[in-house]
Parts: sequence; structure tokens; C-alpha cells
Amino acid sequence: MIQVEHLVRRYGERTVVADVSMDMARGSMTAIVGTSGSGKSTLLRMINRLVEPSAGRILIDGRDTAAEPPHLLRRRIGYVIQGHGLFPHRTVAQNIATVPRLLGWAPERIETRVRELLTVFQLDPAQYGAAYPHQLSGGQQQRVGVARALAAEPAVLLMDEPFGALDPIIRAKAQEDLLAIQRRFGTTVVLVTHDIDEAFRLGSRVAVMSEGRLLQYDTPAMLLTHPADPFVARMTGVSDRALKLLSLTRVGELRLFPVEAATAGAAEPRIDASLSLREALAELLWQGTGHGIVCDATGRPLGRISVADIAAHGRGP
Amino acid sequence: MSTTAAVRVFLRRLPVDPLGTLLCAVGALALICLPFLVFKANRIVPGDPVDLAQVLAPAPLAAAALVLAAAGLCAVFAAGARLRLLAGLAGIVVIALVAAAGADVLTPAGNRVVRVAPGAGFWIALIAMALLATDAVTRMRPRPVVRVLALAVTVLVVLAVLAHGTFDQLSLMREYAAHADRFASELRRHLWLALGSLTAAVLVGLPVGVLCHRVPRLRSAVLSVLNLIQTIPAIALFSMLMAPLALLAAAVPLAARLGVRGIGAAPAAVALFLYALLPVVGNTVAGLRRVSPAAVEAARGMGMTAGQVLMSVELPLALPVILTGVRVALVQNIGLVTIAALIGGGGLGSFVFQGIGQTAIDLVLLGAIPIVALAFAAALLLDALIETLRRGAAP
Ligand SMILES: Nc1ncnc2c1ncn2[C@@H]1O[C@H](COP(=O)(O)OP(=O)(O)O)[C@@H](O)[C@H]1O
Ligand SMILES: [Mg+2]
Repeated sequence: MIQVEHLVRRYGERTVVADVSMDMARGSMTAIVGTSGSGKSTLLRMINRLVEPSAGRILIDGRDTAAEPPHLLRRRIGYVIQGHGLFPHRTVAQNIATVPRLLGWAPERIETRVRELLTVFQLDPAQYGAAYPHQLSGGQQQRVGVARALAAEPAVLLMDEPFGALDPIIRAKAQEDLLAIQRRFGTTVVLVTHDIDEAFRLGSRVAVMSEGRLLQYDTPAMLLTHPADPFVARMTGVSDRALKLLSLTRVGELRLFPVEAATAGAAEPRIDASLSLREALAELLWQGTGHGIVCDATGRPLGRISVADIAAHGRGP
Repeated sequence: MSTTAAVRVFLRRLPVDPLGTLLCAVGALALICLPFLVFKANRIVPGDPVDLAQVLAPAPLAAAALVLAAAGLCAVFAAGARLRLLAGLAGIVVIALVAAAGADVLTPAGNRVVRVAPGAGFWIALIAMALLATDAVTRMRPRPVVRVLALAVTVLVVLAVLAHGTFDQLSLMREYAAHADRFASELRRHLWLALGSLTAAVLVGLPVGVLCHRVPRLRSAVLSVLNLIQTIPAIALFSMLMAPLALLAAAVPLAARLGVRGIGAAPAAVALFLYALLPVVGNTVAGLRRVSPAAVEAARGMGMTAGQVLMSVELPLALPVILTGVRVALVQNIGLVTIAALIGGGGLGSFVFQGIGQTAIDLVLLGAIPIVALAFAAALLLDALIETLRRGAAP
């Protein structure tokens, strides 16, 4: 879907992005992670040509992005930044309608799309459509920012630290919502963050950058178990890498020992199948039983899980 | 508790309005100690104070004193803004009517030489009442529309009363009658110079401001030049422009035919234009800098062209600040046009300087009062516009 080929950006003598090549698959979510100043934003902004590459090229659906006037390219690519960047003098509905208006959609089509997006983002169109951004909470403003970026149904969505300004609880909810939205619209998402947990949580593949270079581009599990570079190991965290590995797998994905209905004692704690192994382990340690019954969303028992089963998944290669 | 603390507590509990008390004291002192009306044998001699008790019947005079005393009490004690406004307006009406009545009695029928002029007591008391009224209006925090309507009503009432002839025997209106033929044209010229140079400054200053915002190196250069111009005294700038414009008129016949001359309105218009540039350019730059960088980044990132970003994001968001600059420039221009009269530029300033030359203070006021009123009205109108814009969107 997106092919980045030998991309370079220099500012004077400084090379801010150095020969980066990577492919993002259609419908995937890629997280670019790295310390501050490592060139993440510059790399992202070269995809929609807010920054022009010094060398190299980017193909979207096989077409060189340099072949098109930049403003037309950008109308096909969603863009979300930290602090949302909503227009304070425009209503929420007008903000969301920005790109469809630029594309010259018919007014009825714009209105339908705005209503649909507000509903998807859990904002009542009647209540919030005519509101101004400053009348919204931080979490709502951020959702409007994402809705605005998705308004013209872009195939690609670029996000630069989109949740950086949110407090932890709202942030977790926003991450959930993003995953759901991405599945719903099938959008190819490229997301920049300096938070490795966020990268692991959201990214099907994670790119680790340092000083303009792409050190490793892989799945979260591979980054943890086979770091290509000492910096990657430090970035992903050495002290708690076993726990990080556990958080990548859900309980429901394990092969469980079936339970006979009779032995499923009431004293055993119930573990939701949608929890990560890390959360399940924490729950079992808390309950002090050493094992528990895994249940699906309806409460039906699926099998038994023990601390030892979980511990086996945290072992390094 | 110490005595001073006790006094302070007592004063805080006493429902006394500090500003109202000051206005009341100053107004009362002025009415008692300073002449209310002055009788002059002709328009240029200093004249003698008039004893109102010998001029007006006791009953109306007592009634007027009573109303003024009541207004004074309201100024000191009343808490309600409406009541204070009423008191101020009543005070203004009574002071004006007493002066008009005194002038009517004192002026011999058909005499066009004798002048009955308002004295210092009249002016100070009138200003105190006007301040009481405007302070009351400010406390009522009226919406911009209401403020504009109030201004319109005030202007209409004042014009109607003047047209009715109530004050025709007062020296100021006698002076107006003597110059009625020129007054309208000088007023038009004054407005034309002030607004014309402002319009030119906006047409030039807005693009220059945008350019300065885009090119930081240009910004400091342009702003320091404009700052320098601002420090040149008006009369010096007028004189500096006379020679080049005279040369231009001599060299280019078309310029001369368009009215460009070394003396007259042309150097005045150019100088006013230059003075107005700083507030317009400065506030355009300041307004654009205040626009949230995130909004501009988002606008570009969504595919707006540079022109679209400017027209639909940057300028609308900077507009209140830009208009604040326009307001400063307009009020400043209305005042500065006065000096244009010195180099033959015309305007209401010609009454002021003619009056100074003739030591005819009434003629000075005939020019000065409308200038102050124009500046006040311009500031009020633009403030209302700016507040309406700010209310529309973000705080
Ligand atoms: N317009 C620019 N001019 C000069 N240097 C820049 C510019 N933009 C970014 N840089 C530099 O490039 C480096 C990488 O920036 P950026 O991509 O924003 O990093 P990140 O997003 O990873 O924090 C930084 O050191 C920054 O100072
Ligand atoms: Mg960044």
C-alpha cells in the first residue's frame, strides 16, 4: 500500500531522516516509535509531502506521490496531529466537513457523512454538530480531530502523537476506539508515538527510529524477542520485557485445558477471554489461587488456566 | 481593633460609590465656585461671570438645583446602574437647559455681537454628569448591538435638539450659525481625510502585514521603519512631505491634475496614511502570529492551498486583532486630521486654528467638540464590531 524507498531528509548539514525504506500493508496499523528528535514526524510528514524528501521516493498504491500536486495528494490522506488543530472559528460540523468541501462534495452528501462520523465517534449530532471546539472536552476534541481526518474516506491515515495531550484513562479509551475504527473502515494507519506501550498496543508492526535511522521494523513480539540492536532492546525495555510479551497475547488465543463442569468450583476466579495474559496473570496473583476459569463474553467456561501456563509464554527465546 | 481599621470597616459597609462620590464632589464644587455662564460684550473678550439668581426665576432655578442634588445623591449612594444612568442623563439635560434659558434671557433681541458662553462650571459639571452616565452604561455591560443603538439614538436626539433651536442663543451655536456654510464641508473633508487615508493604509498594510508574517527578516525591517515614522511629530512630517509632493506635482502633470500639491490635502493624506500603517501592519502581524500553529498545520495537512489557509483560517482568526489596529488607526487619524488645517488641508481643525488666531474660544470649541465626538463614536463602533466577532467563536 505505502512503499517508502531510500527516503532521506537533510536540513543543511544535518541528516534528519537517513535512508529509510519500509512497506506498510493495506489495512495495517504501523507505529513509528523513537526518542524525541529521532525524525519520526519528519518521516511521517514526508508521506503527505508537508516535508519534501531530499532523496528517495514514496509510492502509494504503486503511484509516486511526487507525481501529484501536494495539496491534491493531501486531500486523499487523513492527517491528525497532537493537540487536534481544530479550527476554533468553525463549528464541529464545519470542521469535519473541511476536506469534503475542498473536494466539492454535494451539501447533502457532506451532511450525511458528518452525521455518520459524529455517531461513530459517540457524539450526538444534534448536540455537538453546531458546537464550537472550545465547548468540548479534550477527549471529544481529539475524537473530532480524527473524525475530520476520516471525513473524505481516505485510504491512508497519518497520525502524529494523536493522543499525546490526553490523560491516561481517556487515552486508553481513545486507543480502543482507534482500533475499532480502523477495523471498521479498513484504513491503513501510520502512527507516530514516543510511547513504546502505545506502539505495542496499536501497531501490528512497529518501526523503531533513532537519530534518523530506522533500526528495526517488525512485529512487537519480534522486537521483544529478537531486538536487532542494543538501542531497540533498551527502547522496548529490558526489565519488564517478559511482561510486555505477555501483554501481546490474549487469554482466548491460548490452548486451554477443558474443564469438567463439576470441577469448575465457585471458588476459582473467572478470567475474561479478552484479557491479555499479563492482565490474567495479575488477576491470578491477586486472587492467590494459582489458577482460574476462562470464560467468554457470555460467561460460558472455556477452560482452565494456571500461572504456570502463562509464565511459559513469557520465556525468552 | 485600631481606629483606622474601624474606619476602614465602616467605610466598606457604607454603600458609598467611590467614583460617584468623586464626580459628585467635583461637579458640585464646579457649580458653586466657578462661573456657569459668562457674558461677553463680543466674541473675543474674556467676559464676566453671570449671577444666575439674577437672571432666572427662583422657581425653575430651585427645581434645577433640586434635580442636580438628586443626581449627585444617586451618584454617591445608588447601586443600580439604571438609576445612575437616569441620574446622569437628567443632570445633562438640566445643565444644558439652564444654560440655554440663561442665554435666552441675557441676549438682547436681535443683537449679534453679544455672546453668552458656557463657563468652566458648566463644562466641568456637564463632563461629570456625562462620566456618570457612561460609567453606568459600562456597568450595565450592554451587548454590542445595544451600544450601537444607544449611540445612534444619542446622535439623533442631539441633532434634533440642535436643529430645534433650543441652544441658538448660546455662544457656541452663534458661532456655528456664523460658520454654518463651511461647517458641513469641513466636517466632510475631515471624515474624508481620516477615512480615505485609513482605507489606503488597510489596503496596503494588510498585504504588507501578511508578507511580514511570512518573511521574518522583512518583519523587523518594516516594523522599525514604521515605528520611526510614528515618532516624527505630525507637523514635521507634513512639512517634510510638502517639498517632494510639490516637486512631483511640477514634474508629473497628471499628479497635479489629480490634486497633488505641496500644500493642502495631499501631504496631509500621505502623512495620515503613513501614520496609520503602523497599527494596521503591526496588528496584522501580531494577529497572524497569535493564530494556533496546530490549526495552520492541520489546514495544510488536509490539503488547503496556501491561499485557502490564509483566507479561511489565518485571516479570520487574526481578524479581531487586525480590527483593533484599525480602531487605533482610525481614532488616531481623526485626531491628527486636525493638524492638517495648518498646511491648508482643511477639516474641522481649520476652526480650531482660526479660533486660536482670533482668540475666539467658541470657534475653537466648534472645531474641537465634533472631533472628540467623532473619535468617540468611531471607537465605540469598532469596539462593538470587534466584540461581536470575538463572541462568535473561541474565547
Ligand atoms: N524545518 C526544520 N528545520 C531544521 N531542522 C528541523 C526542521 N524540522 C525538524 N528539524 C530537526 O529534525 C530533527 C527531527 O525532528 P522531528 O522529525 O520533528 O523529530 P521527532 O518527531 O522524532 O521528535 C530534530 O532534531 C529537529 O530539530
Ligand atoms: Mg514529532
